[in-house]
Amino acid sequence: MTPASSGSAVTLAPAGSRFRHVLRLADTSLVLGQRLGEWVGHAPALEEDLALANIALDLIGQARLLLTYAGELEGRGRDEDALAFLRDAPEFLNASLAEQPNGDFGQSIVRQFLLDAWQREMYEALSRSTDARLAEIAAKALKETRYHLRFSAGWLVRLGDGTAQSHARVQKALDALWRFTDELFVPDALDEQMAACGIGPDLAALRPRWERHIEAVLEEATLERPPAQRYPWHGKRGVHTEHLGHMLAQMQHLPRTFPGATW
Amino acid sequence: MNDDWPLFEVFIRARSGLEHKHVGSLHAADARMAVEHARDVYTRRQEGVSIWVVRSSDILASDPEEAEALFEPARDKVYRHPTFYAIPDEVKNL
Repeated sequence: MTPASSGSAVTLAPAGSRFRHVLRLADTSLVLGQRLGEWVGHAPALEEDLALANIALDLIGQARLLLTYAGELEGRGRDEDALAFLRDAPEFLNASLAEQPNGDFGQSIVRQFLLDAWQREMYEALSRSTDARLAEIAAKALKETRYHLRFSAGWLVRLGDGTAQSHARVQKALDALWRFTDELFVPDALDEQMAACGIGPDLAALRPRWERHIEAVLEEATLERPPAQRYPWHGKRGVHTEHLGHMLAQMQHLPRTFPGATW
Repeated sequence: MNDDWPLFEVFIRARSGLEHKHVGSLHAADARMAVEHARDVYTRRQEGVSIWVVRSSDILASDPEEAEALFEPARDKVYRHPTFYAIPDEVKNL
């Protein structure tokens, strides 16, 4: 389906806004997938190595579909590779949580769990989007995300309700990463514009379900929910923590050094 | 870490209607994790629609030293083979 043939509500929204909206989703999956990819060869067990790589590939697959669509919305001839490899950090619109470093296995699991639970709510809502193309991508991603959440929630419970050391480590990671979750649910003008024409969900309305799920898993994991931290992070507006630039340097250096390289 | 995890045997059903087949083994903390690991290790290329796992220590294997007593007596009983029937071409998976 071409963007022009989508529903009438969709065409009311300027293509530039829709481009940036899709980029937010694409970049969050891409950056999180790249982070998980850093675990390959380093995970605590062979089986976990494969599990993390599988999730990373799912996320990069989502990013490819979304970036391709974003490129079409933009209409300047940029394909998925151009968008992934030839943009600088301030042009990335991922949620700040996704770019946070892996830390230890527990920290990666906490980051994964918080984002999996968010992506599940997002993709579920987006699968009913008035933008048919976006709804299709979301429906496919939702199936993958349900498995990711099962994996990360399972590990969070094992580690939280595990040894004294594993409990202390994941609690520390949770306390450190919690401040990045506010961004996921506080809508800005673009989010409100997308919600108004039925393309995107009302972010604030997703929060109660997300919180209920988080709380249920934290309770099983014997972990404390950190206090609310209203600090507004702006990854989705291109204002990033210092970690993203380093990650992109590694991710982009090959295609930038050898443009158009194939193998 | 793997040293602390017990070994599980993995069985995969390739398609509905077929039996589960042994495909290998892996380490996991418990049966639930073993199913998830089996999904990631053994079904990445759409090899299956169903997974069974069982702790390797729960399998009782026949003793190779008893092989003669167990298997030799069947050797001279060719009439037990269904080779006296013509199998129609249409029959698959037999």
